[in-house]
Amino acid sequence: MLNARALAATALLPLAVNAQNQINMSTGISEAGAVITDLGAEIYGLHMLIFWICVAIGIGVFGVMLYSIYAHRKSKGVEPSQFHEHTGVEIAWTVVPFFILVLMAVPATSTLLEVYDNDDAEMSILVTGYQWKWKYEYLDADGENIAFFSNLATSQEQIYNTDTKGENYLLEVDEPLVIPVDTKVRFLITANDVIHSWWVPEIAVKRDAIPGFINEAWTRVLAEGVYRGQCTELCGAYHGFMPVEVHVVGQGEFNDWMAAKRGAAATDAALAATELPVDELMARGEDVYNASCLACHGANGEGGLGNAIAGSTIAMGGLDPHLNVIVNGVAGTAMQAFGAQLSDIDVAAVTTFQRNAFGNNTGDVVQASDVVSYKEG
Amino acid sequence: MGDHHHGPAKGLSRWLYTTNHKDIGTMYLWFSFAMFLLGGAFAMVIRAELFQPGMQLVEPGFFNQMTTLHGLVMVFGAIMPSFVGLANWLIPMMIGAPDMALPRMNNWSFWILPPAFLMLASTLLMEGGAPAFGWTFYAPLSTTYAPPSVTFFIFAIHILGVSSIMGSINIIATVMNMRAPGMTYMKMPLFVWTWLITAFLLVAVMPVLAGAVTMMLMDIHFGTSFFSAAGGGDPVLFQHIFWFFGHPEVYIIILPAFGVISQIIPAFSRKPLFGYASMVYATAGIAFLSFIVWAHHMYTVGMPVAGELFFMYATMLIAVPTGVKVFNWVTTMWRGAMTFETPMLFSIGFLVLFTIGGFTGLMLSIAPADFQYHDTYFVVAHFHYVMVAGAVFSMTAAVYFWLPKWTGRMYNETMGKVHFWVSFIGFNVTFFPQHFVGLAGMPRRIPDYALQFADFNMMSSIGAFIYGMSQLLFLYNVIAAIVSGEKVSDEKVWDGAEGLEWTLPSPAPYHTFETPPKLEEQPAY
Ligand code: HEC
Ligand SMILES: [Cu+2]
Repeated sequence: MLNARALAATALLPLAVNAQNQINMSTGISEAGAVITDLGAEIYGLHMLIFWICVAIGIGVFGVMLYSIYAHRKSKGVEPSQFHEHTGVEIAWTVVPFFILVLMAVPATSTLLEVYDNDDAEMSILVTGYQWKWKYEYLDADGENIAFFSNLATSQEQIYNTDTKGENYLLEVDEPLVIPVDTKVRFLITANDVIHSWWVPEIAVKRDAIPGFINEAWTRVLAEGVYRGQCTELCGAYHGFMPVEVHVVGQGEFNDWMAAKRGAAATDAALAATELPVDELMARGEDVYNASCLACHGANGEGGLGNAIAGSTIAMGGLDPHLNVIVNGVAGTAMQAFGAQLSDIDVAAVTTFQRNAFGNNTGDVVQASDVVSYKEG
Repeated sequence: MGDHHHGPAKGLSRWLYTTNHKDIGTMYLWFSFAMFLLGGAFAMVIRAELFQPGMQLVEPGFFNQMTTLHGLVMVFGAIMPSFVGLANWLIPMMIGAPDMALPRMNNWSFWILPPAFLMLASTLLMEGGAPAFGWTFYAPLSTTYAPPSVTFFIFAIHILGVSSIMGSINIIATVMNMRAPGMTYMKMPLFVWTWLITAFLLVAVMPVLAGAVTMMLMDIHFGTSFFSAAGGGDPVLFQHIFWFFGHPEVYIIILPAFGVISQIIPAFSRKPLFGYASMVYATAGIAFLSFIVWAHHMYTVGMPVAGELFFMYATMLIAVPTGVKVFNWVTTMWRGAMTFETPMLFSIGFLVLFTIGGFTGLMLSIAPADFQYHDTYFVVAHFHYVMVAGAVFSMTAAVYFWLPKWTGRMYNETMGKVHFWVSFIGFNVTFFPQHFVGLAGMPRRIPDYALQFADFNMMSSIGAFIYGMSQLLFLYNVIAAIVSGEKVSDEKVWDGAEGLEWTLPSPAPYHTFETPPKLEEQPAY
């Protein structure tokens, strides 16, 4: 915050700066004083360098102008000079700025080359933008990738002002990206539908996620902590509602987390091979529904951006049409194909849930094997 | 004026059939002002929704329609036509010509505009809503994922392009062929110079925009895949094409503004422009550079590093000719004998705020830093400093400056000054805090935001309402001047004003310079 205060002190705006109102770019230094990323700190330094050069030039230009406005006014009875054109002056004010620019270009170039230095990464994560969530896939040399979706966790009640807004309003997700500290992580960034942009200001990574193309970016985070960001390329109605949350943890904790993820994936796979009791399916389905469907279909299945589920002829009709909507989505609407996004067991659970919750009471139980056989046609 | 010359026809047909540059200029100006209010109304919806965190007034999808239409209407409906209107009024009077070179085309280039904007506005009522993909309409959000109304949007853009190209050809033809004897290129007023160069830019890039929207049309309706990777195309190609148009476009908007300021500052400093020739060269230099910097809007799309470096260096270079301009204006003021009537106030407002916009532009040109700035409110602040405080302030200055010549009546000076100060304060209260929230991490084009951005957003909204209201004062002042303003007796109106237009009576008669003026009597610029 020190720099923020210095900036305010230059009296850009005579404004009482509220402590919580950050007015400058992230410094790349954590509150505890640790460097978050070298690159972030360097970019911040570059930003401030250019800023101060602009301030200096501004003081010169505006100073001359203000003095002139004060001293060279007709009401003071001055006679206008008629001087114009002066080759020396004109050459000077062309050449001097040019050299100032060269001065700026040198550090800018070296920083840019670092931004582009994607070599020697210790791990790679595939980041895919979806309307309106992120998918993270940890690429594994043995082909055992771990993948999950990261959805906005802020409730609709907070967004629509019926509940008090939490501290991390709109910047919190259900499942954050977890990466180990002091490790060079390479991000491979792409998108599934429209262009998105993956940005975390404090670690100074922003790259567009473009469908059909894969962009590269990297980071090496030196300070453990939680870093938050947002999608920064307009990607449709809920562009403002797809945050990024990164947890940077120690290597040991990361390994534990990874093991737990693998364990959960294995349990899912095992579960998919068995028949689950109704109440377990319902409980799991409710969780899936709240995380992935509630935003559009409403907490009580009453609908909203999506159709009502309560009393829906699809949710209460034949199983195949219902699975069709969930697995393949409805083209041209906000209803996406969840077949590739949710595991078979989760699709089974949420289908069961929709067929029995909100007064739908069909009594149908859908198992993962049903989903598998539906998908296989 | 000879007896055989008739005045304007009466009634509606005067305006429908007119080929008179003054009538057409007037229509352009009123039309653009109407669009300015419409685009402003969209902005008010945006600022009202952003007044507080949380969704209050509109749904996110509608919010996106507002940002999209706000941008399109302001750029294509308000700013561009306003400067064409100014060109229509002033260029013939400034170069000693009786009218524009191609008067019928002139009529046509105006009259296709209102239907185009009617069509664009009507998309709001269509199923699926108006375009909601931002004024930069990046594919595939604007193709595969667009509402059906996108087709009408494409058609509207085509018409606007045709109108701009016709207007530009007319300006080029007029300036090249109709100057009074003795008015060499290097004696033309700077406003004429800047418009001549702008017209060439328009002719060069509007077809590129037309190409972009045509490719969209093909992708949407005829199964091509220009911008879809699934079919072998490339969404980034769209951005290259769009910005190859879009970057020169921002200079299309700002160069005529430079021209206006270069007329007004000398007039109220009672001193010739410091470096006429270097101003002309700087304008040409900016125009040239504007063609080779487009990808600085795309630093984060994943260009190869060599491309990034090229576009960064080229972009930084623009600071040189732009600096020349600013230094020239300040030096013109130096040791003049200044007075501060409303046009001068707006010009000084322009000078200060545009320079700030130039500084943030320089910061944005630094590619590695732009990774942090890109698509945040810092960019929004930057381009409103150059578009609103740049183009709109200079346009406002121009109206106050030439209105007495056009109408023969004076506006209310006190009210003009109040308009300036309210605009100036309102503008800065709106847009200065946006630098802060942008740097702190607020993305642009979001209908709701994290709590740490709340205070500055509320401030922005209050400023925007103030700035918006101040424009009604402007409207009132102009109408009051036309209806009942004090008559101006002096041809010159402003004692420091120079140029052929000031040799005409006030109001300027319907037909002027049917016999070319003798230039020897005129001061060299
Ligand atoms: C982004 C918004 C959105 C989300 C999230 C969403 N849906 Fe939908 N859903 C829709 C829309 C819109 C429709 C209506 C499609 C149409 O027009 O046929 C729909 C329709 C449906 C229908 C058919 C209802 C009927 O009666 O027509 C079902 C079933 C359904 N969704 C299930 C789900 C499930 C299960 C999830 C979560 C895994 C989910 N949806 C998440 C938007 C959404
Ligand atoms: Cu997005």
